[in-house]
Amino acid sequence: MYAYDELDRTLINERVSEFRDQVKRRLSGELTEDEFKILRLQNGVYLQLHAYMFRVAIPYGTLSSKQLRRLAHVARRYDRGYGHFTTRQNIQYNWIKLAELPDALAELAEVGIHAMQTSGNNMRNVTSDQWAGVAPGEVEDPRIWSEILRQHTTLHPEFSFLPRKFKIAITASEHDRAAIKIHDIGLRLHKNADGEVGFEVLVGGGLGRTPFIAKTIKPFVHGRDILSYVEAILRVYNQYGRRDNIYKARIKILVHELGIEKFAKEVDEEWKQMGDSSLTLDRSAIEEVRSRFSYPAYEKLPHMPDELKQAAADPLFERWRKNSVAPHKVQGYSIVTLSLKPVGGPPGDATADQMDAVADLADRYSFGEIRVGHEQNLALPHVAKRDLPQLWKALDRLGLATPNVNLVTDIIACPGLDYCSLANARSIPIAQELTKRFNHDTAELIGRLHINISGCINACGHHHVGHIGILGVEKNGEEFYQITIGGRADENAQMGVLIGPAVRYAEVADVIEDIVEAYLALRDRPEELFVDTVKRLGVEPFKERVYATR
Amino acid sequence: MPLVKNATIVADPFVHVAEGAELPGDGAILISAERFLADPEALSRRAGKTGVIWPNNRPVDDLVPYLDRLAAVALVFPTFRDGRAYSQARLLRERHGYDGELRATGQILRDQFVFMTRAGFDTFEVKKDADAHAFAETMKRYSVFYQPTGDGRLTALHRRMQQRHSESAGQ
Amino acid sequence: MTSPLEQKKIRITGPSMVTANRTWDGAVVYRTAKQGWSTAIADAAIVSTSDDARALLAESAADDVGAVGAYIAPVELRDGGITPGNLREHIRSKGITIDLLPA
Repeated sequence: MYAYDELDRTLINERVSEFRDQVKRRLSGELTEDEFKILRLQNGVYLQLHAYMFRVAIPYGTLSSKQLRRLAHVARRYDRGYGHFTTRQNIQYNWIKLAELPDALAELAEVGIHAMQTSGNNMRNVTSDQWAGVAPGEVEDPRIWSEILRQHTTLHPEFSFLPRKFKIAITASEHDRAAIKIHDIGLRLHKNADGEVGFEVLVGGGLGRTPFIAKTIKPFVHGRDILSYVEAILRVYNQYGRRDNIYKARIKILVHELGIEKFAKEVDEEWKQMGDSSLTLDRSAIEEVRSRFSYPAYEKLPHMPDELKQAAADPLFERWRKNSVAPHKVQGYSIVTLSLKPVGGPPGDATADQMDAVADLADRYSFGEIRVGHEQNLALPHVAKRDLPQLWKALDRLGLATPNVNLVTDIIACPGLDYCSLANARSIPIAQELTKRFNHDTAELIGRLHINISGCINACGHHHVGHIGILGVEKNGEEFYQITIGGRADENAQMGVLIGPAVRYAEVADVIEDIVEAYLALRDRPEELFVDTVKRLGVEPFKERVYATR
Repeated sequence: MPLVKNATIVADPFVHVAEGAELPGDGAILISAERFLADPEALSRRAGKTGVIWPNNRPVDDLVPYLDRLAAVALVFPTFRDGRAYSQARLLRERHGYDGELRATGQILRDQFVFMTRAGFDTFEVKKDADAHAFAETMKRYSVFYQPTGDGRLTALHRRMQQRHSESAGQ
Repeated sequence: MTSPLEQKKIRITGPSMVTANRTWDGAVVYRTAKQGWSTAIADAAIVSTSDDARALLAESAADDVGAVGAYIAPVELRDGGITPGNLREHIRSKGITIDLLPA
């Protein structure tokens, strides 16, 4: 965990007091909505269908148990007793009252939580791998660099009014769990031939109306230069990014219009002019940030404790363990994913009671630490293997042991038309229906399959990069859904391909079942993943199956 | 529209000269970039002070040869959402060493004062009276900064490292 | 904010109301015939011509402190009652269509 010091806490409190003043001026009429809108967005406050929505940052997906309890408290005291974990390591509350927001923020600030730049045309919450610091084989803990970037991007005096929003994600693993290729800047930590730590820098990824996979702009930028290089990219974007058309304002459009070579040249020229600047991170500066991260005092534990051997006799436990428990870099420990995708439940939602209970379990079994991932699930990052049977029982009682992680019912979905003022169609009820169509046996048989649902073209549910993507559209006042297949968000990221005309709300679950059945019949062996079958055969056989009888 | 300079409300010594209007022989004036660039030598020799209103879509590099002869540069915020002039300001101050008046003009609200000051602005054409009066108070709002800029304020990181250094020196 | 230019384009094809969200808490509100806001759709002022719709919207948008994001929405008039005219307004009026807890 990163320990906030007096300076971090002071800044957060200063931000709360500034926002309190802004709310006061809005409610008294000193600020018009037109003026206030930008200011509230800079602090994570949207206006949705039913109420204001409030988005709180969980930087690089790491939370302490104390912080999670406070998130639960805010859900209970200021909202309707639940929150929604998003695809960018944030939590959203759906029913916040503007007049009470400053008090909610002040309570969050007491535990080092803020909502700075969780929306608006600025640098958003810096995200990372939810297994950062515990996954085997990492170059190093990417959260150190995430924190360096979090500080640098927070209330940046030059880049707080960019052409459009700007998202940065960092990974340090071969397998990318942070979806860096669909970010404005993606950073992959690796070592060069001399063993020095630095980054492959990717730029111009993003979904929405005009989706792009990020392109590599520099294969290696030394760690000490990463802030100046990012700053150079931002400066080029701030000056040349389009401001005449909101749909063409993201950096991906600038990169596309200039071409990556020309864009890279512009950035290089700017970077060269910046020279060795005050942004250069010397060894002691990096050490200063690194030293603020503390790690658990792990015990020396056996690889296969007796408790685990005994529990293996219980098929329900084994099913969950095989599905939700991942290897840890320290022997005798595991990373446990807590599925927020119960059968029939809204993806990514957690009640205040669940959050409190998870905080207690984190204290008992995970050194008080919780992680939040972009798949909208939680994780306990440091669980001793001997404790897995006990933890499973506790999670099962809470409805947080659904053994569907990475399976067909582990659906990513945006809030959709039930909450969102931009949505054209509902997302959550589609997800709920789908979780009822595939029981756990079938889901296991199918294997890894990601379904992503967005209620509009803005793509908050990342439908383009779902193995199966579902996009809600509106036709003559009715909800329709376009289906894509073959997308993926990992290190081999690519966009899914449309299979044909949009289908009605009531048909979506049937169509998905047809696609899955087609896959089961077409795969050449049980290990061939859905997405690989699509790659091998293209969309035609799936298209045929879906539309032949419709 | 009140003008704030060096944290206090002052009378504006500069006259904004409208496009096509005749230039006064003396007195301080602010003129458009086109007008200035049409004959920069003559304008620089005027009896009165001359400043230029520089649009936010034109590289400040074009202005660099004249910086030492300009009494003011005004950078434009057509709306407060449009942040291009922050980059221009930092480039003028930090890269090109401009040390004259750097003025923010356009839709200027109190909520931008800290950002603007950090980027190098020292003069503000403020939209609302109440915001102009709140300038000094607003500037006290923040005491911690994460990014180094030309304003010289110490960053949180530097303060931590200094503290660490003094702690280890005292042992 | 709806600019005067956009307001000129407004054409309604059936009975309509003006709805917005209340500024202090975000609640869904409807413009009443008494130039105020109500959380009850039954209190909504109903307009049936484009001119009246423009006028009601202009008056509503002028109350920037009371409510935010005013716009015209279709309604259906049945048995003397007012029913939302599309799914979005139905959801705004009746709430989310999902059960929060799994069945």
